[in-house]
Amino acid sequence: MSTPTYHRFETIIVGSGGAGLMAALHSSKEVGTAVVSKLYPMRSHTGAAAGGIAAALSNIEEDSWENHAYDTIKGGDFVVDQTPVEILCREAVECIYDLEHMGLPFDRTPDGRISQRRFGGHTRPVPGNPSKREPVMRSCHAADRTGHMILQTLYQQCIKQGVTFFDEYHMLDLIMVEGECRGIVAIEIATGRLHVFHAKSVLLATGGFGRMFKVSSNAFALTGDGPAIAYRHGIPVEDMEFYQFHPTGIYRLGVLLTEGCRGDGGIMFNGKGERFMETYAPNMKELASRDVCSRSIYQEVRAGRGVSGKDFVYLDIRPSTINKYKSSPIHRDGLEVDDHFIESRLSESLELSRTYLGIDPLKEPMPIQPTAHYAMGGTPTDFDTRVFRNAAGEVVPGLYAAGETACVSVHGANRLGTNSLVDLVVFGRRAGKAMAQYAKSHDFKEIPKDAAVPTKKMIEGALAKPRTEPWVRIRDELQTVMMDDCGVYRTAEGLANARQSVASLKKRYESTGIQDKGTVFNTGLLEYLELGCLIDLAAATVASAESRKESRGAHSREDFPDRDDVKHFNHTFATKDGDFDVKIDTRAVDVIYIEKDGQQVPKYPLEVRKY
Amino acid sequence: MSEELTDPTKGYLSTRILTVQLKRYDPEKDREPHWQEFKVEARPIDRVLDVLMKVKWDQDDTIGLRKSCGQGICGSDAMRINGQNNLACKMLVQNLKSDKLTVEPILGLPVIKDLIVDMKPFFDHYKSIMPFLVNTDPAPTTERLQTPAQRERFDEGTKCILCACCTTACPPFWGNREYVGPAAIVNAHRFIFDSRDQAASERLEILNDAEGVWRCRTVFNCTSACPRGIKVTQLISEVKRALITGVLDMPQEAEVLA
Repeated sequence: MSTPTYHRFETIIVGSGGAGLMAALHSSKEVGTAVVSKLYPMRSHTGAAAGGIAAALSNIEEDSWENHAYDTIKGGDFVVDQTPVEILCREAVECIYDLEHMGLPFDRTPDGRISQRRFGGHTRPVPGNPSKREPVMRSCHAADRTGHMILQTLYQQCIKQGVTFFDEYHMLDLIMVEGECRGIVAIEIATGRLHVFHAKSVLLATGGFGRMFKVSSNAFALTGDGPAIAYRHGIPVEDMEFYQFHPTGIYRLGVLLTEGCRGDGGIMFNGKGERFMETYAPNMKELASRDVCSRSIYQEVRAGRGVSGKDFVYLDIRPSTINKYKSSPIHRDGLEVDDHFIESRLSESLELSRTYLGIDPLKEPMPIQPTAHYAMGGTPTDFDTRVFRNAAGEVVPGLYAAGETACVSVHGANRLGTNSLVDLVVFGRRAGKAMAQYAKSHDFKEIPKDAAVPTKKMIEGALAKPRTEPWVRIRDELQTVMMDDCGVYRTAEGLANARQSVASLKKRYESTGIQDKGTVFNTGLLEYLELGCLIDLAAATVASAESRKESRGAHSREDFPDRDDVKHFNHTFATKDGDFDVKIDTRAVDVIYIEKDGQQVPKYPLEVRKY
Repeated sequence: MSEELTDPTKGYLSTRILTVQLKRYDPEKDREPHWQEFKVEARPIDRVLDVLMKVKWDQDDTIGLRKSCGQGICGSDAMRINGQNNLACKMLVQNLKSDKLTVEPILGLPVIKDLIVDMKPFFDHYKSIMPFLVNTDPAPTTERLQTPAQRERFDEGTKCILCACCTTACPPFWGNREYVGPAAIVNAHRFIFDSRDQAASERLEILNDAEGVWRCRTVFNCTSACPRGIKVTQLISEVKRALITGVLDMPQEAEVLA
């Protein structure tokens, strides 16, 4: 391996999904910026987000950002930092208009405004009866390709603005000196060459890590490279026990059928043909939040009420069904749903079902099961996306994180549908601005001449090791144990088993090598290194789940079925401790107080979370 | 539910042995591309991508291919499957006509390794047609208005995922790689017919060039290759018509928006 190629940019953005591109647009307006990504732009998983992006525009129904903030906090089962949530919901509105001005092809209302629809957990007080809440149309959408359109629009704007891209460069290390981040090391996939990117500020926007679970909606690329590499440098990961399982994954494949299916009136049935959500969430039914729906499906299957006694239920979006139950918002206007309406609103879901199940959803219901979908946890940051080095909230100078990679935390224990895209654009934008600001007020600091040596040794080690077993087997075992013992339901025994399994898998991983010894597009090497990231993050996830002895949001402990606000109203920080151990700390939740009758009271008081 | 429903478990229960012919090329070892044969057990419900990954993971880890989302939206895994361009993740084993599967890289772009081609020339063509909204008027404080009909007018092109299936199925592109190709024209169409855009004439001028839209011979390969079902040839024809007539066929602004 020859000498690494040296580059110098004021800011480096790792990842070209929604958060990375949004940050790039804003950073590159002010300082020299480059995007380094292991995928070509447009290949990122932001593109798979279907249903929409929430913002209280009030285009169809009266709404407010305060409603959105309340829903986000309740949806996250209250372990949500309230200042960032208010930022999220307020800035969502201007970010949507920004995206529209950039050319994003939102669907339109008859009067030409951005069209909005319902989504799980998004509500407003019932007009005239404010003690009750009802679903509200808040999700701005572009058919059911909203994420794809966001990604497309941001990439187009990056082209317009001449942003520098290093396509198919895979980050393998952060350059950390004296507790500061001063750049990254990446491998150029097409040549195998190492590159050192010297920078003043670095953004981790590498997406999630859903590939640690067996049934997953995530792309192959989602292996948590950013959080894992930071974790190895002693930077904690926050709230890893909160992992979202989306209720409507395609049976076995895990590919997602958008929540928009339910927003537009889709109904879930068990094997007996019962609309089981009436039992679990009498008010919101199918539009209860995702963790509630996923657990309900698990309960039905466990009680033997899956379809034909198997481990799936049905999602029915046939117009006849929706009209029978009058479950679409358009019924209020005296209209009926027909095939054309479903085709125009949910074309991607129809296509997915037809392609992967051979089932036409206009004629038959679709078999679904919960699928690993979204990490609420990740690299901890403040609301300017600056990374925390510890639970006390000290920051790592020069290091930023945004998008699914980061934990701000605005999603708490469970993210609401459409809030991931809001997170990307709001905090991607804040990241770009904050990084540029930092770069303008700081000088480049020296990096060691041998900055790439640890990476070089890691690669040479992987290439030199004998292949004692296929690494794929280790990955499969990891995904199975995480799904079974650290999935929708968890117990002390299951988690202990998962902890031991992950530790032994890590040993096996470290002792085996790979088959491909080449330098050009050695995807075997990269997948092997990605697996190393997943194993480290799995260890942190299991340890975090063991430490939280309560049930909250997506974290459901069968041995601790209740929420415990006395002991666990806090965030979990997991830090690497030696090779296998994980140290757990906690951090208080950011709560906003307001004055009421001369007293300081919480603006968003704790309540029992019911839908 | 009493009606007869498709059993989704069926596709997982049976397997068959597929013979996979894979076009291999490793620039560090091979002077010329060559074919290699693999046998692999596949279920009807498997994607061609699953079959290829099974071969890679179980038999030969040196095989080079791109993949990411696995659900037809990221555009990474365009390849020539049994002589037709498609995404490997959008084609199922149960839809193969026989037990033979021939897989080779898409044509017309330089091969880097095995199924991986250099996408740079493709993206350069995309970038050449100004693939971004141009509107120099001061932006309003809320959204720019657009009727549902105006929005619908350019919907087709917004489905493009830049996978290159169309462009690399196009015989004129095989013959002349300077031709911008169908994907770039589809993306130009997306902006030319967007009521909010102000640079239609500049894009039309770019496409009126010798390497522009007139290279299209209406072969329809692009349309049949598009994994997103975009009516590529129709969009190209609409751009040609706009150039010939000098008129953009656009829905009129509704009175309510005036």
